Amino acid sequence: MRKVAIIGLGQTPVREHWDYSIRQLAVQALTEAMKDAGRSNLDALFVGNMLSGALAEQEHLGALIADYAGYAGIEAVKIEAACASGGAAVRQAVLAVASGQVDTAAAVGVEKLTEFSGKFTSKGLATAADADYEASIGLSFAALNALMMQRYMYEYKVPKDDFAVFPINAHHNARFNPNAMFQYDITLRQYRKAKPIADPINLLDSSPISDGAAALIIVPLDKVKGQDNAVEVVACEMATDTLDLANRKNAVWLKAAEKSSKKAYSVAGVGPGDIDLFEMHDAFSIVSVLSLEACGFSEAGQTLKKANEGYFKIDGQLPVSTMGGLKGRGHPVGATGVYQILEAAMQIRQEAPGNIQVPDVRYAMAQNIGGSGATIVTTILSK
Amino acid sequence: MNRIMKPLKPVGIIGYGAYVPAYRLSAKEISRVWRNGQDRNYLPIKQKSVPGPDEDTITMSIEASKNALLRAEIDADRIRAVWVGSESHPYTVKPSGTVLAQVLGIYPDTVAGDLEFACKAGTEAMQAAIGFVGSGMAEYALALGTDTAQGRPGDALEYTAAAGGAAFILGPAEQAAAVLEGSYSFVTDTPDFFRRAYQHYPEHGNRFTGDLAYFLHIRSAVNTLMEELNLQPNDFDAVVFHQPNVKFPRKKAEDLGFTTDQLKDGLLVDYVGNTYAGSSVLGFTAVLDKARPGDRILLASFGSGAGSDAFSFVIHDKITEIQSKAPQTMQYVRREKQIDYASYARWRKKIRMQ
Amino acid sequence: MDIPRYWRLRNQRYRLEGSRCKECGSICFPPRFLCPHCKSAEMEPYELKGRGKIYSYTIIHQAPDIFDKNVPYTVALIDLEEGARITAQLTDIDPDDVSIGMPVEMVIRKIYEDGENGPIQYGYKFRPILFTDAGS
Ligand SMILES: [Zn+2]
Repeated sequence: MRKVAIIGLGQTPVREHWDYSIRQLAVQALTEAMKDAGRSNLDALFVGNMLSGALAEQEHLGALIADYAGYAGIEAVKIEAACASGGAAVRQAVLAVASGQVDTAAAVGVEKLTEFSGKFTSKGLATAADADYEASIGLSFAALNALMMQRYMYEYKVPKDDFAVFPINAHHNARFNPNAMFQYDITLRQYRKAKPIADPINLLDSSPISDGAAALIIVPLDKVKGQDNAVEVVACEMATDTLDLANRKNAVWLKAAEKSSKKAYSVAGVGPGDIDLFEMHDAFSIVSVLSLEACGFSEAGQTLKKANEGYFKIDGQLPVSTMGGLKGRGHPVGATGVYQILEAAMQIRQEAPGNIQVPDVRYAMAQNIGGSGATIVTTILSK
Repeated sequence: MNRIMKPLKPVGIIGYGAYVPAYRLSAKEISRVWRNGQDRNYLPIKQKSVPGPDEDTITMSIEASKNALLRAEIDADRIRAVWVGSESHPYTVKPSGTVLAQVLGIYPDTVAGDLEFACKAGTEAMQAAIGFVGSGMAEYALALGTDTAQGRPGDALEYTAAAGGAAFILGPAEQAAAVLEGSYSFVTDTPDFFRRAYQHYPEHGNRFTGDLAYFLHIRSAVNTLMEELNLQPNDFDAVVFHQPNVKFPRKKAEDLGFTTDQLKDGLLVDYVGNTYAGSSVLGFTAVLDKARPGDRILLASFGSGAGSDAFSFVIHDKITEIQSKAPQTMQYVRREKQIDYASYARWRKKIRMQ
Repeated sequence: MDIPRYWRLRNQRYRLEGSRCKECGSICFPPRFLCPHCKSAEMEPYELKGRGKIYSYTIIHQAPDIFDKNVPYTVALIDLEEGARITAQLTDIDPDDVSIGMPVEMVIRKIYEDGENGPIQYGYKFRPILFTDAGS
């Protein structure tokens, strides 16, 4: 297998994009990434998307986006793994280039959640869960995460207030990211008064419904080594777990996060202590906690204490959600995994806005989580 | 003509079970909403039971039947008939009985169907089950009377229209806790109360529903039954009538020569309201919970339209073994959670969105 | 209208029909075709009794479309006596009274009505154990 690198980055702002369709968003991001890469030829396109069929009445995104981006005729396919679709698309692009079959591959994550009224969106998102045994008996996607949060609070005897640190940090970092959906701070007071969604999860524990697209151009490392815009993908590993939460013995341990991160550490030849920043999947506050624990960044039950001591702030030992994370930047579901890796690459390229640029990044990690932890992709980048 | 009805083979009740939902709406609360509380001293009952938002005749029948099965201690698949008497079947077309048969593990070797005869649909189902078992067509049959009765908002019936029901497994007399001595049914065409197709709420003939309907039919059924069986009111240890309010069954008992003592164990209307097809049969389960071997019990339903089924049961030894094998009726009656009219209106879909 | 699904799942929803591995005895709900523990394909239907304890729960305030009229309602993960864990709605309980470890029992209730014209979907929910001194 060949080593691979990312040489092009493109993204649209994360917003409620009433004026852009799914194809427009994807084409914008891909075009920008190709320009950034300084390339005009593309061999393969992998589109990460979850709900285009349900919410934009459009499947078959591979061919559609290839055509509209000016690459009609190339190999192109949509990759779906719920909220981990973006990370899964990157993994496919990495494999394609690493295998030697493809020389230039693009991973585009795109999602358009605002096409129909909100009730369709929540129904669509619930399809990430088990349709027969979770969604069809009344569970929303937030509810599954709330079941994890309630159990976590019970097992480790932590008050709900302790979780506020993650959304507060995410919003704070998002302030400096022009592409973020929420460029403002929130307070503990606001967190306490936020509307309940699925108790104990409230509105400020939850990432917003948003639209957006992000794109990465992936090429063999040996051809671009030393180039300023080249970031090496040292690992991109995927693992799965039971789709339904009930069939996991321990609902507050993300086994797939542990597996995929261990694989990634081993492929990259690093450990959690070597990681300089972490773009984590903070779709809900509890997921931040479980992801950090399963990846070995803190011991089970200790994360909130560490977080409240400033460990995960931009100037802390392990900055997380540096561009706002899912909570602050927004969570355009199938695009999220690509945004995360793109943001980690920006950090390595020292292209993050001043206030949120992490100094001296050697290894940056991103983790993209689908469903309530059933599909997890962990990616490690390096200069 | 032989007026008394007796099966060829002796038949009895081998298991019984009750169900009443947890929620109660007081008559005072209804009065507050519709009469400004001005009729608070003339209320027909204290409170009525209200089904939860996820309950209906099928779900209530399931729980009553499970209780009956706990007492009967037979394999469900030996039951060959599931008959559900109700005026509030959740579907107009599609039987409640098939859902029960599937849930309880009675399917597929069974007949299943729904009966409607206003408030006597439950005893109608019992008559059918008695005939089915007594003729030898089936070893066991399940009969239910269950309702989630709907009263028109503001109407006099809204005070009492309630939810609940009872299930009975009929089988060979030698296995029974209560053996049927005989029954008699009396029916005439009397339009005292009815609900037309596609209507949400029934209509009733006010005072017409008393003398010519309730009193005439029960009197005729009970007197004929006692005559044919050579029994007097004091031969019975307990008596249960259909109970649309507190007044009617009390008056009926007095007219027929029964004492309030004979009536009291089965008179639940003040606590749970009129559970329609479930009314007399639910009272009957409360009596069975307290019955002793050797007791004789009279059960007489009334259904508008109109008719009455009267039964005489003699209690056998098995009763003492089965009484505590499932929740007792008064346990359901006593678990009461008061709700206000607004919750009732929301749950019972009194607020129509379109 | 998801009629085929409702029909296909009825024994699971009505009677908690899971599966039991003939090789290693492990019990699963929902039923499986391959044992997740020993990979045996020798699985038989197994009816769960429907009693257990709450492992976790949540009170849903914003629900998917068809459940919108029911909010707030509670769903829980329940550890059944036989060892399987199940996801289910709770019923007949004030959300404020729910706690982890609370003993619950299965009842059949309406899960949802598919509009005014569609089928009524019945299935398992759980409630606090009603009477501890009767039945078995
Ligand atoms: Zn096995």
